[in-house]
Amino acid sequence: MPTLYRGREGMWMWVVHRATGVAIFFFLLIHILDTSLVRISPEDYNYVIGSYHTPLYGIVEAGLVAAIILHAFNGVRIILVDRWTWALRHQRMLTWIVWGIFVVLMAGFLPRHLMNVFGGA
Amino acid sequence: MTTAPALTPIPSRRTMGKAQPWSWMFQRLSGLILIVLVFTHLIFNLVLGDGVSQIDFGFVAGKWAAPLWQWWDFALLILALAHGGNGMRMIIEDYAHGRVMPHVLHWSLRISLVALAVLGTLVIFTFDPCPTGVDPSIIPSFCADL
Repeated sequence: MPTLYRGREGMWMWVVHRATGVAIFFFLLIHILDTSLVRISPEDYNYVIGSYHTPLYGIVEAGLVAAIILHAFNGVRIILVDRWTWALRHQRMLTWIVWGIFVVLMAGFLPRHLMNVFGGA
Repeated sequence: MTTAPALTPIPSRRTMGKAQPWSWMFQRLSGLILIVLVFTHLIFNLVLGDGVSQIDFGFVAGKWAAPLWQWWDFALLILALAHGGNGMRMIIEDYAHGRVMPHVLHWSLRISLVALAVLGTLVIFTFDPCPTGVDPSIIPSFCADL
């Protein structure tokens, strides 16, 4: 009997989904607060958002984008596995497709992002 | 050929919360919409142009001068808070036990979500791209024409 949320890939993806979800949620709270500065003081907004341009934040942003990609495509996998028997039978393969999409998108995003952060633009 | 017995759902607070089907359906629908909203947000802010290095007051003002981006970011704000808040609610139900702690966490979550939704909405729709009394070099160039 295959069980959806227990054992091997399914269980680990459940952990990944929760961990990335919580991380994205707390970033969202901070992001709403820092963006709100545009209404209060353009100077203060520029000062705070300037820290987002530093190498340390640049790496955190890469991690955030990684978390979003994993959460998004694993979410699609969960929907497919819930609604489509074929996907339920092939859920382990779908897990590796999620990681494949993750690798391809990060390979496209990381060079561009790191050049923007470290290139001194 | 025999007929399989009808399955009766097993009530389990741990895995299903209060067995709220609307919550599961909302999480899936909002998740699919958020994929479009979030990835567009990331492409325009982190990939196109100079990526994160381009973001400053002038960049935000240039975007929010267009009502489309205001409504885009409003939808993003509300759906992200609702989707994330619903996920956090499920996690609180799974892990917070006792008489007091679950209430404290659920109400902290609700108050934070409402406060941030109101704050974000006000910021987006009362935004002034050309505020007075600000160094002209940091506000958008189109303000000079007004």
